Amino acid sequence: MHEVGIMETAIEAVLAQAREHDATQVHRIVLRIGALSGVEPDALRLAFDATVKDTPAAGADLELEAVPARGRCSDCDLEFGVESDFIFTCPRCGRISGELVQGRELELARIEMS
Amino acid sequence: MNEPLQSPARTAIRTVELRQSLLEGNDRQAARNRRRFHELGLAALNLVSSPGAGKTTLLERTLTEFGRTTPCAAVVGDLATDRDAQRLGRSRAPVAQITTGSACHLDAGMVARAVDQLDLAGARLLFIENVGNLVCPASFDLGERLRVVLLSAAEGEDKPLKYPPIFKSAHVVLLTKIDVAGVLGFDRAAAAENVRRIAPQAKLIELSARSGEGIEQWYALLGDLTGKG
Repeated sequence: MHEVGIMETAIEAVLAQAREHDATQVHRIVLRIGALSGVEPDALRLAFDATVKDTPAAGADLELEAVPARGRCSDCDLEFGVESDFIFTCPRCGRISGELVQGRELELARIEMS
Repeated sequence: MNEPLQSPARTAIRTVELRQSLLEGNDRQAARNRRRFHELGLAALNLVSSPGAGKTTLLERTLTEFGRTTPCAAVVGDLATDRDAQRLGRSRAPVAQITTGSACHLDAGMVARAVDQLDLAGARLLFIENVGNLVCPASFDLGERLRVVLLSAAEGEDKPLKYPPIFKSAHVVLLTKIDVAGVLGFDRAAAAENVRRIAPQAKLIELSARSGEGIEQWYALLGDLTGKG
């Protein structure tokens, strides 16, 4: 359940932004979650409700934008999307490669507030 | 009862684009740890596995045998007790225990504080034994040179397929407890194949810390790390 700590970090950053912009209500928070980030969206949602309670972010919509995994072939350099089995098989030359170009993201992407 | 109603502020909704990493704080501390280890001439290894895959047994043997000629130190993480530190302390290597309470992984700050308690003078290798967990430690860089993921013969051959993030992040995968693979009906070839499919970047070593089979490959890798070949 490291999702609690990650959500606390996110909400701290959100509240700092709200203060900086003199906002009193946060309406929407968008996080980008990579398929290989090791973070469980359901656990994040659970942590969210507890974390925003009694803050200007209470009642905000939490949007979790899924970032699919992408690999790059170490032989032919092709960049390709990866299926849900996370085996990075190059669709051009069939080589299995370990290089990840996208999918570990764990980011606070956007905040809407007033 | 004529209190003025608070006028609903019709201020426009503002959108702020950030793209701020939620692991930024940990990653910054990990970079500091990495610099510090480098300055100390120390290579750090982050050992990750499910509970019971044999991290402590491997470290006991490594600190005693390999540590005889190459000074090593260790940091061990568990939710509670200092049993692992006691086990490893018998090797006389400097050992610090981190008890995380309920935290399911070590983070770079915990490692930095634990390392402060250790006398690292002369040490060439620092083993960081993470909390037994194949999920959460994947996201947390500790400043290690190598991430070592252990998979024991007491687990399923398909573990790498079920826990891709941690195996994808591994530099080394150790297939452990191979001395009992036969009794357990563990298919080593199938497990190795699954590791290669999910983690082709990782070096794979099959070993038993109890019988010593394969352990020389592990020591060769550690020797390479310390520049002794």
